[in-house]
Amino acid sequence: MGFLQDLLRLFPYLLTGIGITIGVTVIALTTGFTLGVLLATLRVYGGPASRWFAATYSLIIRAVPVIVVIFILFFVIARFVDLSPFLSGSIALGLASGAYQSEVFRGAILSVPGGQMMAARAIGMSRSKAIRYIVLPQAMRLAIPPWSNEAAIVLKDSSLVYVIGVAEILRRAEYVSARTLQPFLAFGAAAVIYFALTFITNRVLDYLERRYKILM
Amino acid sequence: MLDSLVIYLQRIGPDLLQGVILTLELTVVALAVGLLFGLPAALARVYGGRGPRSIALAYIEIFRGTPLLVQLFIVYYGLPDLGLTFSRMAAAFITLGMNSGAYQAEYFRGAIQAVGSGQMVAARAIGMSQMQAIRYIVLPQALRLALPAWSNEAVSMIKYTAVVFLIAVPDLMGKAKILAGRYFNPIEIYLTVALIYIVLVAAATWIVRTVEIKMQTPGLELEVERH
Amino acid sequence: MSEQTILRIENLHKAFQNTEVIKGISFEIQEREVVVIIGPSGTGKSTLLRCINLLTRPDMGRIWLEDLEITAPNTKVDQVRQHIGMVFQDFNLFNHLTALQNVTIGMTKVLKMKPDEAHQKGMWELERVGLVDKAESYPAQLSGGQKQRVAIARALGMNPSVMLFDEPTSALDPELIGEVLNVMQKLAEEGMTMLVVTHEMGFAREVSDRIIFMENGDIVEQGPPKKLFYNPEFERTRDFLWKITELYGKQEPGEA
Repeated sequence: MGFLQDLLRLFPYLLTGIGITIGVTVIALTTGFTLGVLLATLRVYGGPASRWFAATYSLIIRAVPVIVVIFILFFVIARFVDLSPFLSGSIALGLASGAYQSEVFRGAILSVPGGQMMAARAIGMSRSKAIRYIVLPQAMRLAIPPWSNEAAIVLKDSSLVYVIGVAEILRRAEYVSARTLQPFLAFGAAAVIYFALTFITNRVLDYLERRYKILM
Repeated sequence: MLDSLVIYLQRIGPDLLQGVILTLELTVVALAVGLLFGLPAALARVYGGRGPRSIALAYIEIFRGTPLLVQLFIVYYGLPDLGLTFSRMAAAFITLGMNSGAYQAEYFRGAIQAVGSGQMVAARAIGMSQMQAIRYIVLPQALRLALPAWSNEAVSMIKYTAVVFLIAVPDLMGKAKILAGRYFNPIEIYLTVALIYIVLVAAATWIVRTVEIKMQTPGLELEVERH
Repeated sequence: MSEQTILRIENLHKAFQNTEVIKGISFEIQEREVVVIIGPSGTGKSTLLRCINLLTRPDMGRIWLEDLEITAPNTKVDQVRQHIGMVFQDFNLFNHLTALQNVTIGMTKVLKMKPDEAHQKGMWELERVGLVDKAESYPAQLSGGQKQRVAIARALGMNPSVMLFDEPTSALDPELIGEVLNVMQKLAEEGMTMLVVTHEMGFAREVSDRIIFMENGDIVEQGPPKKLFYNPEFERTRDFLWKITELYGKQEPGEA
């Protein structure tokens, strides 16, 4: 029973990992969102050069395992600036997610009927105004379901920053496992926490989807 | 400059090649194991009674709701607590396979539902049993419909395998880590590895697209686009 | 001509969520007889057909196929359905199979015929519906009329004792209706026992031996086409026939 007591004692320690995990996820998703919307807009409306750049970025990043992106960025950044593994890992996840999100938003932009752009131009909006006020707001709503999927993936992938020593849930679970010699319970607890987090995230995003659904 | 590149490649080449082979092996086995779990799980979810349906649902939700890395640690480090000890390779195969199976199950389920109930009704109307209707009418169509999603999963599997080095499986990433430690040039090594993954993914993409074109049946590709 | 009763339906009831769709229907069909069921939409005609081959379970009542009571609890439904051909409104051709394979799959997998035997018979059935040249085409490559003819061949391939047609031309463009009705007329002439739900009054008048007029889940009246068309017993029958001829015009593709 000593093990179990150890585990109970260390459970709060495990729980504080949630904050780090959420932090990594939020930074990664925000970075990815900004990058994704930008790349998607470039791909649909940009000139040949920016279209090529956006497409190539997405293609290359999506062909590389996220963990490799995390390693590369970690070592590259370490060579130039003193950035915490937390930020380095979060940004790496964000750069990777940006590629996936660019596909999400590109699909959504292309799903907005062409007549919308035409109608916006017809009332005298410039192209960029039409994109900003007419196309993107609709695309954002269409993007919610696939974006939710991506959000859940980033949440789960945030466990990968474990490899560069960020003390998120998994890293803490490993520590608990080493202290209690109860790996099943320690990693099992981590799994339960992740499951709860993905479950809640999915529910919140489902709600948003229903809330902002527009008929088209 | 060129000379040093050749020397560099000679030094790391053989190790990375071994890693690539293991990565591909992991990919193929994981996909096969995934199919073994995914297809029955999908059938159970659509056609199963209450019991099989809930078991399939629990399996799918648990594996899709938690990180692969956590699953890997539970299987390799955790399950021995319950008396189930696996070798590194076995743990990697099982975890990657069961994880993929959960995702595959959802692709298959979507495809089965996309086939439409009229096909089942028509099959029953000419006297087929439910099993026969599933086997000869629903599944052949569902598998074609699921092919694009399944191919994506197959290609992505190459990338998903990249975490098993964390239980010391010497795949491409595993070799990279060793080489990075040996030669102290992690950036070059990981960039090389990134390049190798890109080539592998590109090749795999080309292969699955070719297969997809070969497997096309008139009328069924339209359905794919719709769903 | 000694006539055997092929189908006997006795006091059939079916309700969906407390709405009674079929309210105690009884009738018989003799061998070689062509019976057409007409009536307003939502009257339970399709449900009746689905009950007859047990795709939908009736709540009450009994059905005999020749001498066998198929509503008996120990009936092997898959075997029963082999003897009842069914043609659907929306064809339901198997999308992954060619026209020929659509016809033969039941023969090989259900009747356990040898592949070459099934191939031969399949081609013969396609010949009957005039589609030998489309044997290798997939459903997506066929027109609606051709799809429906393949579906008829598929049902015929099982050597059914009776064929049920559930509004077989309702999903077709007007110019494709004729080819399907022609095939059905030919089947009728060959002596196939048929039960047809349709709005094609031309077909009903020219091809059927008997018309059943159904309304609100019940049979209002039945009789030979001449009687129903020219001298119906009930005002409701007259109203319906008047409305439907107005709606569908005077053209009669069945006669083409």
